[in-house]
Amino acid sequence: MDLTALLLQQMVNAIFLGSIYALIALGYTMVYGIIELINFAHGELFTAGAFIGVIVLSALQQAGWVESHFVLTLIIVFGLAMAYVAVLGVAVEHVAYKPLRNSSRLSALLSALGMSIFLSNGMMLSQGVSDRAYPQVFGLQAIEILGARITKGQIFIILLAIALMVALQLFVHRTRLGKAMRATAQNRTMARMLGIDIDQTIRITFMIGPALGAAAGVMVGLFYGAVRFDMGFIFMIKAFAAAILGGIGSIPGAMLGGLIIGVIEVGWAAFLPSAWKDVTTFTVLILVLYLKPSGLLGESVSEVRV
Amino acid sequence: MAVTAKSILELTDVHTYYDNIHALKGISLSIPEGDIACLIGANGAGKSTTLLTISGVQPAEKGEIRFRGEPIQHLRPEQVAGKGVAQTPEGRQIFPRMTTFENLEMGAFLRKDKAAVAEDLEWVFSLFPVLKERAGQLGGTLSGGEQQMLAIGRSLMSRPALLLLDEPSLGLAPKLVERIFKTLLEINQKGTTIFLVEQNAHMALNISRTGYVMETGRIVLTDRASALLENEQVKKAYLGE
Amino acid sequence: MVRQELQKLAVYAFFLAILLIPMLGFRSASFEPDRALKIWGVFVGILILNFIVKAVRGGRAAVEAHKEPWTERTRERISRIPRLYTIGGLALLAAVYPLMANNYMIDVGITCLIYVSLGLGLNIVVGLCGLLDLGYIAFYAVGAYTYSLLNLTFGVSFWAALPMGVVLGMVCGCIIGYPTLKMRGDYLAIVTLGFGEIVRLVLNNWDSLTAGPNGLFGMKRPTLYYPSFADGGFSWVAYYLKSLPALYYLILIIVVLTIVGVRRLDNSRIGRAWIAIREDETAAELSGVPTTWNKLLAYALGAAFASVAGAFFAAKLSYTNPNFFLFMESCIVLCIVVLGGVGSIPGIVVAGFVLIAVPEIFRGLENYRMLAFGAIMTIMMVVKPEGLIPASRRKRELHATDPHPHEESDGRDR
Ligand SMILES: Nc1ncnc2c1ncn2[C@@H]1O[C@H](COP(=O)(O)OP(=O)(O)OP(=O)(O)O)[C@@H](O)[C@H]1O
Ligand SMILES: [Mg+2]
Repeated sequence: MDLTALLLQQMVNAIFLGSIYALIALGYTMVYGIIELINFAHGELFTAGAFIGVIVLSALQQAGWVESHFVLTLIIVFGLAMAYVAVLGVAVEHVAYKPLRNSSRLSALLSALGMSIFLSNGMMLSQGVSDRAYPQVFGLQAIEILGARITKGQIFIILLAIALMVALQLFVHRTRLGKAMRATAQNRTMARMLGIDIDQTIRITFMIGPALGAAAGVMVGLFYGAVRFDMGFIFMIKAFAAAILGGIGSIPGAMLGGLIIGVIEVGWAAFLPSAWKDVTTFTVLILVLYLKPSGLLGESVSEVRV
Repeated sequence: MAVTAKSILELTDVHTYYDNIHALKGISLSIPEGDIACLIGANGAGKSTTLLTISGVQPAEKGEIRFRGEPIQHLRPEQVAGKGVAQTPEGRQIFPRMTTFENLEMGAFLRKDKAAVAEDLEWVFSLFPVLKERAGQLGGTLSGGEQQMLAIGRSLMSRPALLLLDEPSLGLAPKLVERIFKTLLEINQKGTTIFLVEQNAHMALNISRTGYVMETGRIVLTDRASALLENEQVKKAYLGE
Repeated sequence: MVRQELQKLAVYAFFLAILLIPMLGFRSASFEPDRALKIWGVFVGILILNFIVKAVRGGRAAVEAHKEPWTERTRERISRIPRLYTIGGLALLAAVYPLMANNYMIDVGITCLIYVSLGLGLNIVVGLCGLLDLGYIAFYAVGAYTYSLLNLTFGVSFWAALPMGVVLGMVCGCIIGYPTLKMRGDYLAIVTLGFGEIVRLVLNNWDSLTAGPNGLFGMKRPTLYYPSFADGGFSWVAYYLKSLPALYYLILIIVVLTIVGVRRLDNSRIGRAWIAIREDETAAELSGVPTTWNKLLAYALGAAFASVAGAFFAAKLSYTNPNFFLFMESCIVLCIVVLGGVGSIPGIVVAGFVLIAVPEIFRGLENYRMLAFGAIMTIMMVVKPEGLIPASRRKRELHATDPHPHEESDGRDR
């Protein structure tokens, strides 16, 4: 493989990983934008999506649908995973965050952390501590472009991620609910005085963000071939780094941040000892927070009490 | 008071607290339908709090607020808005990362009658032509005066029965203040009742029918605006004469 | 009123069903309803109980509006017992415990005490200064590895390594603290989490120094020296604290010293500065409190206590590896602080024992331990954010900022 092929290959990998991070980061950024809370449980919601995906996909595979109705199978798998996690997201919001909306930030953070621990251990108890294998539905067929091998699965996943992000952008800018969401994020009291139902808006945010995370979870499962109850943690950190890097609260920022983190990680793993690649992500996160906490595309956030 | 018309808004012994600060200590007032009423008072008297309490943002601890005879003191802000009460709060509070057009659109959030909304949009643009020029610009990048016009325009977009305005003249050039007050009269003529909070007592009393004077959480004077303009106390304290 | 509560109950039961049933019901592709429904049933039972209590209280509320809840009354009753007796009694109990317990129980006791001292240290950062630290366990690791490396490479004794570990821990605390000083509270949580993971990853990957995931072993136990006049001459003889009771007493002393230290800090000028920072940082800064310096100090001191506990831990086991210092451990320590009551020393001591000892004793529950920790953390924050034994001055601050939570407000959107 020559250098162009190598670079192209790594670029595809980076875009793939970056879109996954971006999808997860969107969940953080939307929730943070609207209630200024780090949803620690978001990583677990992502994992829950991956598990629902594997459960549904395995069942459909046994029923022979993968061969007979390939596209329908994918729609069902993604649809169910996203729908369930959307409801799970609302449940988390209702149980753990809503009662604390007027409390100190420390209480809300601790409650979110509690939810995260609870969900991750719940999944461990129900799904076991070991990897759960994802049925490989895409096969190993690959397309060669300039010597780089790109699998069908990769292409599908990248396209789906892009489609989801475009859909989100349209939703937020074109629909009534999307506009209500943005208004609430920018000035909650004013939004209420204009007749926007905050509870409903927040609930919708807690459906969309986790649903995107769930889609990312299924994608990770399809691509890496396995899921584990604790995989949410590392993805959470990286997606969070992406959200911060892009500017928390900013939707395009999350997408950009996801891509950059993907590039950094793939680049590092390609040329430098890969054992240290996670250290790199953490370092990037900390450096961004220290040097430019408002991120690349974010508004400068005012200092708020803990 | 000479006014006998049916009152659109009535406050009876309203008390509001911030933590342990007793900000409203029993406010009672009544605004007749179709009127312009104003509330004047020193800084920290509780004028903004009065408006926020009416809107349900800072709920009343005690007392009753009736809108068209119906108690609204337990409603949430979005429900109060749904009844037809719009507020342009202190400090403009426009959405900085939405365009002028989107800000105006948000004003009509609860309305379903698209045609009438489009009509009202044209009307707001005719009241404040500059907003039309700036329709695509982000709210946060408008000048202070433009933001104030946008805030008032946004409130009008809900076609409110009662418009609560908190210091619309704050920080504006005298000419612009005049424009805004003229516009308020125009709005009122179209049938919107206006309840106005102002530091600029002279102008406010000039366009109002009824005036209320507030001091440290209480209403200390209620009279026709023209009478208040002649009142010695008011003259000394608020009109700088 | 009752209808509203019933509606709430139904909504909660529904959301809990969503949270719990698939979580616990799907082992592989098949659904096992009994286990899931059982656990869901427990939660719903609690909710129903809560509802009944509320309904009954609501009926009686008119009669005895100002009756204090039982927790308040118990607390008052406890506080009426002279302090000296309480503390003396507890100290006596702690002292004679190894004489009555078997080795396993002593071991559990030691673990509890380690976590108590960690909780007390974290309490300085979270409870007193109000900074949420999710990477606290890193300092524990620093203490453990400092002692291990010094002892294995240079043969430095426990007591000589301890101050070095403390200093190194404080330095690390400052390194982590410094860049985060100007950060908002929630960013701080993520950064400390990141730092904690970096420390663990470095320990895991730096094979040449730390032996990577295999860990280090063979460290000497702490020693006591006593004079000996045997063989005619005077000499110091080293006595290795190998037995569990001996180690127990050592950690007990460490915990007692920690308690004394934290109490003195709490009541000192520095403690007051911390509380000022916690309540309102801007105001504290404006009124002349050197916030930067005080926050750094909180980090450094918190780290120092963790470092001592870490050194003890490594010495006791004579073994250490990076997997002792997972993020989950930080969460456990945090859970102790939260359950006990943020800022409350007796609360943390009790919570440390409850959270560590209960799952150790009921081995069957061990799998559910972290699940319960998560649930406890959330439930505590929602229901009783000030903890089991609240620090008195902390109480108001953690509750909803809404100053007058009048009855209607429940029905409103909050
Ligand atoms: N969010 C708040 N928290 C605590 N106290 C407040 C808050 N808002 C207002 N107050 C207090 O309530 C009192 C009334 O404030 P309010 O804003 O209603 O005054 P105002 O009459 O509008 O003054 P101004 O003319 O300066 O706008 C003041 O003493 C003020 O300090
Ligand atoms: Mg005001």
